[in-house]
Amino acid sequence: MCSLALFPPPPPPGDVTLCESNNVLLAGRPHELPPPLGSPGQLADLPVLTIPKETLKAHSRLEHSTKPAFIHHQETLWKRCLNAWRDVGVCGVLNEIANAEEEVLQWIKTGSRCALGLCHWVSSLHGSLFPHLSLCSEDMIAEFSQAVDWASCSIRAFAWHPHTSKFAVALSDDSIRVYNTNSATVPILKHRLQRNVASMAWKPLCASILAVACQSCVLVWHLDPTSLSTRPSSGCAQVLAYPGHSPVTSLAWAPSGEMLLSASPVDTAMLVWDVSTENCVQLQWFGGGGVTYLAWSPDGSKVLAATPSAVFRVWETQMWTCERWPTIKGRCQTGCWSPDGSRLLFTVLGESVIYSLSFSEYSGETQGQVGGSKTASIVADLSETTFETLYGEERIGGEVHSMVWDPSGERLAVVIRGNPETPESRTIIAVFRTRNSPVFELLPCGFLQGELGTQPQLIAFHPCFKKGALLTVCWSTGKISHIPFFFVSAQFPCFSPSPSPGMALSSSSTSVREQPLFSEL
Amino acid sequence: HKGRLSWCWRVATSVAWSILLLPLCTAAFISISNIDLFHPIQWISNSFNDFYTSYVIFCILLMSVVILIISIFNVEFYAVVPSIPCSRLALLGKIIHPRQVIHSVVHAIMGMMVAWCAAVMTKGKFQFLALSCTASESLGDAVQHMCLNEYHLFLLLSGAFMGYSYSLLYLVNNMNYLPFPIIQQYKYLRFRRSLPLLVKRSCVESLYLVRNVCIAYYFFGYIPRAWINTTMDLQTDSKLHPLDTLTGLLDLSLLYHTWLCGIFLLVTWHIAWLLFKIYATEAHHFPIQPTFAEETDQCLPKILNSNPPLIIKFLALQDLMLLSQYSPVRRQEVFSLSQPGGHPHNWTAISKECLNLLSDLTQKLIMQQEAAATNGRVKHSSSSKAAVTEEMAFQTQRSNVVSRAHMPSLVKSSLLPLKALSASDLGSSFGSPFSSPGLNRVAGIVDLNSPWHGSVQSPHVMRRGPKLWTLSSGGRSSVSVLSPPPLCHPEASIQAVFSDAQMHIWALEGLSRLVAASFTEDRFGVVQTTLPAILNTLLTLQEVVDKHFKLPHASSKPPRISGSLMDTSYKTLRFALRASLKTAIYRITTTFGEHLNAVQVSAEHKKRLQQFLEFKE
Repeated sequence: MCSLALFPPPPPPGDVTLCESNNVLLAGRPHELPPPLGSPGQLADLPVLTIPKETLKAHSRLEHSTKPAFIHHQETLWKRCLNAWRDVGVCGVLNEIANAEEEVLQWIKTGSRCALGLCHWVSSLHGSLFPHLSLCSEDMIAEFSQAVDWASCSIRAFAWHPHTSKFAVALSDDSIRVYNTNSATVPILKHRLQRNVASMAWKPLCASILAVACQSCVLVWHLDPTSLSTRPSSGCAQVLAYPGHSPVTSLAWAPSGEMLLSASPVDTAMLVWDVSTENCVQLQWFGGGGVTYLAWSPDGSKVLAATPSAVFRVWETQMWTCERWPTIKGRCQTGCWSPDGSRLLFTVLGESVIYSLSFSEYSGETQGQVGGSKTASIVADLSETTFETLYGEERIGGEVHSMVWDPSGERLAVVIRGNPETPESRTIIAVFRTRNSPVFELLPCGFLQGELGTQPQLIAFHPCFKKGALLTVCWSTGKISHIPFFFVSAQFPCFSPSPSPGMALSSSSTSVREQPLFSEL
Repeated sequence: HKGRLSWCWRVATSVAWSILLLPLCTAAFISISNIDLFHPIQWISNSFNDFYTSYVIFCILLMSVVILIISIFNVEFYAVVPSIPCSRLALLGKIIHPRQVIHSVVHAIMGMMVAWCAAVMTKGKFQFLALSCTASESLGDAVQHMCLNEYHLFLLLSGAFMGYSYSLLYLVNNMNYLPFPIIQQYKYLRFRRSLPLLVKRSCVESLYLVRNVCIAYYFFGYIPRAWINTTMDLQTDSKLHPLDTLTGLLDLSLLYHTWLCGIFLLVTWHIAWLLFKIYATEAHHFPIQPTFAEETDQCLPKILNSNPPLIIKFLALQDLMLLSQYSPVRRQEVFSLSQPGGHPHNWTAISKECLNLLSDLTQKLIMQQEAAATNGRVKHSSSSKAAVTEEMAFQTQRSNVVSRAHMPSLVKSSLLPLKALSASDLGSSFGSPFSSPGLNRVAGIVDLNSPWHGSVQSPHVMRRGPKLWTLSSGGRSSVSVLSPPPLCHPEASIQAVFSDAQMHIWALEGLSRLVAASFTEDRFGVVQTTLPAILNTLLTLQEVVDKHFKLPHASSKPPRISGSLMDTSYKTLRFALRASLKTAIYRITTTFGEHLNAVQVSAEHKKRLQQFLEFKE
């Protein structure tokens, strides 16, 4: 088992982690670039940006109905009831009758009051079973989001495109910006329904389709990759809404690109969307009170679904059956899959350890079996550790907030939340070296540090970085930086489009003549 | 034949389950219809006692027969390719088509039987059609008469009405269409998932039906009442309100029991329908290679290349998609070589059939686009000769797929009028009594040709059939002036073109996944030889589909679907096809990457491929 005590001490304050080279994490002043970073290539065009909160415009209007714009007018009770029925449903009608001041029969009023009280009592009973249901939807998103400080940071969600050097950033003013290394245009996506974005995901095996988890629905943006427009119209967005399925806090595309999964902490069912036809199938499984976090394994065979209570489920995606995993302490906060889908690492709220769960080798012949091992094992202990450095004592460790595994399965980055009681402990990123075969290994690599006074907010690995792994970190100041880990991967590299298309085209025409794919006899 | 056998087995199991679920529904019906909230214990014990009485058991038996007949109609009327009525008129034509009339009449009778069962099980004032009543003319001598129980009659008539409405809705909502699920699930889970929605929809639908029944009875109720009275020599009970008055109809208990009867009818019939759908669309496991010689007919390559019933073909393609996604062992069998000889028969057969399906779709789309283009042109400027000749040149260039000389002259001439109808509504408007005589003539000609088709043994030539349509396109411009363009709703005609697109979607998915898997799993390189053809077909189709979505009538977004029990996925199949086509090409390009530059494709396609390699499509 790996523990934080085995880690090298964090870099001195003021230094910033720049990259990993020769198995060592290099740190330095923010502006001095070490030699590998200066070299041209994939890294040079990656945009490093800062989006401070102050530059973002706050909401111009808080309510999205046109009601406040009109003079209040008292309608007859029946009309109001009808409106309430249309807007809110039965509860609205009861509320309207109970609060009516005029000539309603007294017993109707009392009756509706009683009914309303009963409704409240039942819902509070439900709420006492699942406390998260009493939160308002914004608090709920903040609670279950993968961002460390969702409510007050300018960056709320981040997503790399699975095949190209393109990423989307969701900001606190409910807009989304799409940055592309190959083009200078930065499309800004805005939509009437795009509020309180909790998560985003690019469709795999597709040029430019972005799914966005919003407060009331899932938006699917169809962006034209060749377009030069900076403000795609809201007509480019498909709205996927389902009654009782909001707020949406997590999304996951099938790695084969056919289906989209969406989850809401309020809805016990997760939805499988066929996005092109807007059909959906409910995957109902009562218990747990909702689904907060989804992670689809890279090989497409399994899905992790975490619930707000102390249980999580692992679904297999052929027949959509699931295995239920009760945890001891709290809910499953985050999880990530190894590239071959045979191992799940997850963390639990209230415990500062990383669990590992291995699954039997996947083959299509075992239909409808998830094949998880009997118990999960602890692979890393992240409890608070004191580091004696030249600059004083540093206390690091605590619960894990989010965790990502790089596509080659060789680096694992973990955001460790400091203990809120002790002021000197801070949120920090710990990086592990990992190996999956022949045996699973987790070795310490080091701590990543940002500029002074910044805390990590979100982390994500670049999907196809050729020289190792590239971790993108969004900091609490609104800065997005990229930290490369240079190493030679044991896996064969994934395909990504070549940087210079003109070159590729000319070289390809020659290669046809020189090396035919199969021999001509 | 084993495929036939397994199909019968599926149908039989679904019927058996729907009959097994009948006692449950009946028990629920009895307990709800006798509901008594003030004496709960008495209510429950009464319901239990009622359930074991002989007439309830007789009702269950009768209902089993009803369910059996309903299931037979489900099986007879199902379609994997929906028939989409071209216009309102065509829909009307379908309603008065003899086949549909039989369907409606039988459903009305069945509805009446269900209502009779419901009335008998409800007991109370609904139980008998005739009651003894005392004529109140003279107080002294109370004469016993048999009077008509109008409540019973009302229930019976409403049952018939509901049965008829169910049959109409069955047609209008295309309930005979078998949609295949987007994810695989166990049958029990699928059933459990749909059950709440089914019950909810039945309750709401029954509410509307009760309203309609009341309206109908208010206006026309006196006719059947008088008829029954005279034929059975019954009298009217003067103490009761007649039911075709407002006061008579506003009887809450009557409305409640009619509603319950409607729910009972709809739930039992919908369950039979749902179970049939679930059983029929369940994935079937076809072997790739026969273990015994006599099993050759059941192998996937063989089935794909023959012309089985459409449902078998659909199941085979679905199985192809599933095996390409989930089963490395079966993929290995696809890529394997035949034992003596070393030919990749399995892969050749599968890839050939998929490519044929896709190129047929390409042809169909090209034709539809040309039809759309010429229709517009003829309407706007019928004298633009230059444009027409240009078009003709274009089409002759297009139609050099099969050389003209091979065509029998009969076929060539007889296909001419066919061109006038846009290819889309061919399937849908046959058999509709409202279609034009010209259409019927064409149908006759096609029938006349069918022995010629049938006599050809080789499936390869058979498959050329659809391609023949394009041949006569040179002469089309004159024809389209002669005969008026079909009065078709554009959305309906587009839906009709893509009505069987589910096959193409599976073919695309299966093919692309197999090609992608071949990158690591194909040891003999059997896929490489067909890779250029596959890329060509996919890219051509992509071009045509792109063009299709740029047509003026084609909407670029699927319409909103409300969460309903009826599956309307056939309306959005074209969007699914567009998405899976793109995904299929991307799947191949991301797997092969730069290696694709070594595949020989035309320069135009090479450019397109480069776009895909750079993720710019």
